[in-house]
Formats: sequence, structure tokens, C-alpha cells
Amino acid sequence: MMNILNGLLRLRRGPWEMLATILIALGVIMLMQPFVIGLYSYSFIVTLVGTVMFIIVSHFPE
Amino acid sequence: MTLSPMETAAAKTPDSMAKRIRGLSNRTIAWIFVAPTIFLLLAVNIFPLIWTIRLSFTNFRVNRPNNDVEWVGLRNYERILNDPDVWNTMQATAHFLIWTITLQVLIGFALAYLINKKFKGNDMWTTIIVFPMMLSPAVVGNFWTFLYQPQIGLFNYVVAFFTGADPASFSMIGDVHLAPWAIVIADTWMWTPFVMLICLAGLRSIPDSIYEAAECDRASKWRQFWTITIPMALPFLMLAVLFRGIENFKMFDLVVQLTGGGPGNTTTLTSIDLKREAFEKWRTGYSSAYAVILFVTVFGLASIYVKALNKVKER
Repeated sequence: MMNILNGLLRLRRGPWEMLATILIALGVIMLMQPFVIGLYSYSFIVTLVGTVMFIIVSHFPE
Repeated sequence: MTLSPMETAAAKTPDSMAKRIRGLSNRTIAWIFVAPTIFLLLAVNIFPLIWTIRLSFTNFRVNRPNNDVEWVGLRNYERILNDPDVWNTMQATAHFLIWTITLQVLIGFALAYLINKKFKGNDMWTTIIVFPMMLSPAVVGNFWTFLYQPQIGLFNYVVAFFTGADPASFSMIGDVHLAPWAIVIADTWMWTPFVMLICLAGLRSIPDSIYEAAECDRASKWRQFWTITIPMALPFLMLAVLFRGIENFKMFDLVVQLTGGGPGNTTTLTSIDLKREAFEKWRTGYSSAYAVILFVTVFGLASIYVKALNKVKER
């Protein structure tokens, strides 16, 4: 856990990519879940943030 | 003295052109070769994408090109993301995605595991299993429509044979509860071979020496399966899941041919709904916003796919 936090603070690609991947997956789940329409409404912004983050952090050093 | 093809081509080049080319740097020559491709990419991919994003903020209707186009900001996105009907199509897509991927991975892996065993007629069975994948989705949709016919369809008779029910008592594509499963079955039939091929590549990449070492350590077949086969084939399984996930998220042709999105809206997947908004209701601005939402979702999934692919390459 500390390694991941250190990686995030030092702008390392691995942990940031993992965070972006989690956001994308969360956004897709929110988009397709059948329980709360509020989650569906915010799904696009979560996926968009995750996708843009993924593009940016893929240029971070290893 | 015989000239090489390169030298022959150089000799045939007119002097004026040869002088001009000789004056160019390698970098410039490289750009001359790459430029047409870049231009095509910009014209065919990037420009329409930017144009779609621009249209998504307007109320433009392509069937009324002379009307004034108003800038509506994020209103199209708000409408889509608060519309219960669109939410329902997302759920229909989710049902389709989850079940097709689960069934295709389970059956595909099982088939790959069996085909990977050395037996007589191995190649012939591989060809037979791969056959559905080679067909056009329109053809598959068409003949599954016949298979699902309550009166003459083979599928109903097979179900009736095992359950004892009357074949004419249920309609796979006419019943709101059965129609979502009808498209799942047809897609699974068509695309399981694809998953099988990916899994087969994964299984064949595992060296025999690892199994021999496990045999020496007296590991049971069950233990070998869970500690060698599954972990080593996992990246390939993951690739199959992501690849089928992205493809099925965009599924259109097979379902349109099979059910047309019905009965009601039970099998209306997002791509079918998008097509209706764009080319039946002619709400171009709204459908552009819809397309952007789907694009971002697929692009996000594709990013994960590329990351997973790189991990497989590193192995």
C-alpha cells in the first residue's frame, strides 16, 4: 500500500495507470448497472476522467 | 554485369528527378512516404471524430440542413445521461456482454483444452469448430431466425426433446424474457471458436518441461491444471475477454438481423439505439453525443486492452 502511495506521489507510471484503469472500469460498471440511475448519470464523467488520465500518465516515467 | 532491381529502378529515374531526390534529406524522403497515410488517417478518422464532438454540442439535424444550428452546450449529454430508456439499453447491452463473455470463455477454454490433447483427427475438429466464425453475421442472424421458429425451428424441437415441452409453446425471439437469451446463444455459437483459438495459442505456449517437472514432483493433474495451466494461460484468457468485450459492446449486425431490437426494446443494444436516433429520428446532435459517450467507453476499455497486451508481450 505504501509502495503504491509513494509511486503516486513520485508520479510513477505503474500506480497512476492502475488508478486510471480502476476509474475506467468503475465508469463502465456505473454505466451498465441496473440499480441507481444517479450512478448512471455520473458514469460518463468517471470514464472520461479515467481515459484522459490514462493517456496522460502513460507518458510518466516507469 | 547484371543490375539489381534497385539499381535498375535508379537507372530508369529521369535525371531531373534524380537530382531533385538527391538533394533531399533522409528525413524529408521518409515524410514524403508517410504523408499520404497521415493525410488519409486525418481525413478518415480524426476529422470525423472532431466533427462529431463539435456536433454533439449542437441541435443539428441532418434531414433539415437549412435550419439554424444552435449551440446547446452539454444539454445533449444531460438528456442521454438522465434518460431511463437509454439506461435500459445500457442494461440490455450489459446483459448481452456479461453472458456472452462468460459462456464464450468457459466453452472456448474447455474446447481449447480438449483440442490441445493429441488425438486422431485433431486438425479436422479444429476446422469444424472454427467454421461458425468464418460466416457473415448477417447470415448467422438469418439462419438462427429459422432455427428459433416455433413451428419449424430445430432449436425448439431440441429443447422440447430434453424438457418434454411443446415446441410451439415458446418463441425464443418473440418472448420478452427469452429474446435476450436468443441473441446470447447465437453470438456464443458464432464467437466461441475465436476465444478457443486464443486459448489454444495460450495452452500451446506452455512448455512441456514444466508439466514434466510437476510430474516428477508427483503433482496431480488437478493441481497441474490450477497451478500451471490456468496461471500461464490467464493473460490469453484476459485478452480474449477484453477483445470480445470491446467487440460485443459495438454489436449491431447479428442482433438487428435476429430480433431487430425487439420484442419491445428488450434486445435494443446501444449501437441499435444509436442508429435509430441518428438515421430514423434524425437527431444528429443528440446521436453525436451518444456516439461520443460510447466512443469514450470503448476507448477506455481499449486502453486497458493495450496495457494487458503489453504485459503479455513482456512475458
